Amino acid sequence: MINFLKLISRNKLALFGGILLVIIFVVSFLSPLLPLKDPDVIKTSDRFLLPFSEGYLLGTDHLGRDLLSRLLWGTRLSLLVGISAALISATIGSILGTIAGFYGNKTDNVIMRIIDVLMAFPYILLALAIVAVLGPGLFNAMIAVALVNIPFFARNIRGVTVTIANKEFIDAARLSGMSNFKIIIYEIFPNILPVIVVTISTTVGWMILETAGLSFLGLGSQPPQADLGSMLGEGRSSLIVNPHTSYVPGAMIFLIVIGVNLFGDGIRDALDPRLSKGELVKPQPVTQIKLNKNVKNNSNSFLSVQNLTTAFEFDNKLHLASKDVSFDIKKGECLGLIGESGSGKSVTALSVTCLVASPPGVIVDGSVKFQGDDILKMNYEQIRELRGNKISYIFQDPLSTLHPLIKIGKQLEEAFIEHNHQKNKEATFKGKELLKLVQIPNIENVWNSYPHELSGGMRQRISIAMALTNDPELIIADEPTTALDVTVQAQILLLLDTLRKERGLSVLFISHDFGVVSQICDRVIVMYGGQIVEEGKTENIMSKPRHPYTSQLMKCVPHIGFGKRELPTISGSPPSITYKKEIGCSFSSRCLIKKDNCLNEDIKIVQKGDSEVRCLYPHE
Amino acid sequence: MNYFIQRLLSAIPVLLGITIIVFFIISLIPGDPATAILGSYATPENVKLLNEQLGLDKGLIQRYFIWLGNLVQGDLGRSFALNRPVLDEILERFNATLILSGTAFILCSVVGVLIGTISAFKQYTITDKIITFTVLTGISLPSFFLGMMMILLFAVNLQWLPVSGMYAIYGGGDFLDLIHHLIMPAIALALVATGVVARITRNSVLEILRQDYIRTARAKGVREGNVLFKHVLRIAIVTILPILGLQAGFVLSGSVFIEIVFQWPGVGRMLVDAILKRDILLVQGGVMFVAACYVLFNIAVDLLQRYLDPRIK
Repeated sequence: MINFLKLISRNKLALFGGILLVIIFVVSFLSPLLPLKDPDVIKTSDRFLLPFSEGYLLGTDHLGRDLLSRLLWGTRLSLLVGISAALISATIGSILGTIAGFYGNKTDNVIMRIIDVLMAFPYILLALAIVAVLGPGLFNAMIAVALVNIPFFARNIRGVTVTIANKEFIDAARLSGMSNFKIIIYEIFPNILPVIVVTISTTVGWMILETAGLSFLGLGSQPPQADLGSMLGEGRSSLIVNPHTSYVPGAMIFLIVIGVNLFGDGIRDALDPRLSKGELVKPQPVTQIKLNKNVKNNSNSFLSVQNLTTAFEFDNKLHLASKDVSFDIKKGECLGLIGESGSGKSVTALSVTCLVASPPGVIVDGSVKFQGDDILKMNYEQIRELRGNKISYIFQDPLSTLHPLIKIGKQLEEAFIEHNHQKNKEATFKGKELLKLVQIPNIENVWNSYPHELSGGMRQRISIAMALTNDPELIIADEPTTALDVTVQAQILLLLDTLRKERGLSVLFISHDFGVVSQICDRVIVMYGGQIVEEGKTENIMSKPRHPYTSQLMKCVPHIGFGKRELPTISGSPPSITYKKEIGCSFSSRCLIKKDNCLNEDIKIVQKGDSEVRCLYPHE
Repeated sequence: MNYFIQRLLSAIPVLLGITIIVFFIISLIPGDPATAILGSYATPENVKLLNEQLGLDKGLIQRYFIWLGNLVQGDLGRSFALNRPVLDEILERFNATLILSGTAFILCSVVGVLIGTISAFKQYTITDKIITFTVLTGISLPSFFLGMMMILLFAVNLQWLPVSGMYAIYGGGDFLDLIHHLIMPAIALALVATGVVARITRNSVLEILRQDYIRTARAKGVREGNVLFKHVLRIAIVTILPILGLQAGFVLSGSVFIEIVFQWPGVGRMLVDAILKRDILLVQGGVMFVAACYVLFNIAVDLLQRYLDPRIK
């Protein structure tokens, strides 16, 4: 609760709304004690005095009554009526919702069907029908507003109750012989109370407005008694000549509603998990680049990544996801990047064309030279020209990475149209050629399908076709076979390998699976905790892993035909990404051959035999 | 097509539920309708005769089925205050309500989605802040107060637009005249709903921008403008559609106030008048008619949703 208040007070607008409401509440509820004129005393000689007239701060109305006094009394009445309506409908709605949610089955069915029917009415119609029955009057208007809002409460509370009623502690209470009634009162009610309170606080403004509305129509408070709505209704008849009689109550309604809205938004934001996780911040088209030092990169390789360091920024702290990653890829070469999830391999792959979502992503160091130009120094338009053109991506799960509502054909054409400024005809021709290339049967059908209508293997073939659209020179494949079953996986790998050899493509192939990497990669990089721990030719690393992590990881791969054996795992878990600077080997806590000096200083990557390795005691 | 029929059939229980609620709420009205209708002619013989004519001497359940039978045949009874068939009056009035609410609904959908999307795409810029602030102010202005202020400003002080009504009394009646009269009430009615739609759109666009398929589009080198219009908006519309269905209900409700403020000859004003005159059959028929239209509208939204989102099976 204290945390919650802190969260709200941190939001300045919510605080402002809250203070505004408190002031209005206090002043209007104190109105019987304040030295105000009698709100109902008629003095026709003082009709329609303007605000700031002598003795009348806000002027007078058509009967010469003091508007300030009427306003405060009216506000008090409106608030009282609105809050009462909210409490009534919260009480009845919560009881119905709890009963429906707790008992379920037929009870639930009957109650919810009735609620559904009530919700099928535009709210005002139902309120009007109820007032028609009860007759105009403020009390009746309040009843109408309360009744109309019951379904809303009942539905919300029912939802919450259903989740609570299925929890273990309710079963425990049942087994201990508690009656249903007692369970509802002692176990369920305390748990739904916060929801009820929040729902009331977000709907009370609405109900104040609804009762004011009915009064405005002449169906609520009747003269001489006046709430804000009927004051506004009376003001309307002299709107053109004496508009201040409308401004005064109208402005008050506005202040109350904006106060409730600001405060309600604050509550909603404080409770919204998406906000605290930063999920409602727009990701920029290019990762934010804040290079600390100028990295020298004199490499003439096709792609040369030097000291690439990418971080996630939370609460102004940088959490490093990849640290000083350096590697080259030659023309036509396939480089494997291997590691557990969280090792920084995907972040590295996305950083190559600045695709890491930002915020929170920031590239803090490094250089990415592609055909001689540093991508990290390019502007957005230059990077966009590379993406999907010379460098293209194949992502892991094509069900979530293909647009669900755009037909396959349109998605295939898109990269071609964006980069070639050419008409759909050529794009269509090219797209269909590509589908043939990736061995899609029944091209016309697939062309007009949506992603969810195809199998996983088909979708991944389409992702590959999409990546090939503009004859790229580098393909970055981020776990392209992970979501597929083994036979399909083999087909896709074969396809990728053939295409690469036919077209002389360079490939950066990301995987967590040594089996897959060994099939198609010329060289392999092993990543752990955001760093490269070993690098070398595939056959060298497969036959002679030098780093303890690499060797332990390879032991985890099951082999067919080697009989029953216990499948080893690496105990412990990989280091989490943190903003703290940690010294020494990041694998040491899980390492089987760890020595005391492993944590003394950062370990450099050094040549060992045919490979490079980041370890003080590499395997011979 | 199959689904279309299925969905229409599923509306029948809801519609029946509505008839039950409307009928029984109205029959709770205390006092004897015949006495009310006859006024000073209410001699015991006349009352008895009229009760028989109206079928009020029969039991409640029996009366419901008679009423329902008439309803299905389009007979909603006669309004005693207007002395004409209820249905004729409603149909005439509903036309005006439909023009007003329909315009406001289109306005709030188009403008709301548009500014919500812009606001999200320009998050934290001055544009976003102006929109957010305007939206907050807009949703806090009660439509009936806003309407009155608009009349003061645009009709009385600036004299750009007519004060009230649907057509000019002299020489009006054409389409331009209607538009002229429609501008203020439609905007006043649409404002709150526009704000709500804009807010929800903003949040849902921001959420969509984080999805993997948007990253794919960017990885393909799609220009940001196309990312927005071809990729983001496609999804946003599907997620916002149910919200628009709800807004239609709010617009329809708000039209009651706006019709009073602008003297618009619609169903809302008719209902308020009928309640004040205790013209029960007119209230009953009006509520029933509008509620039924709203149910049908929501079915249409449902079907559109299904058409736009092929994933729904």
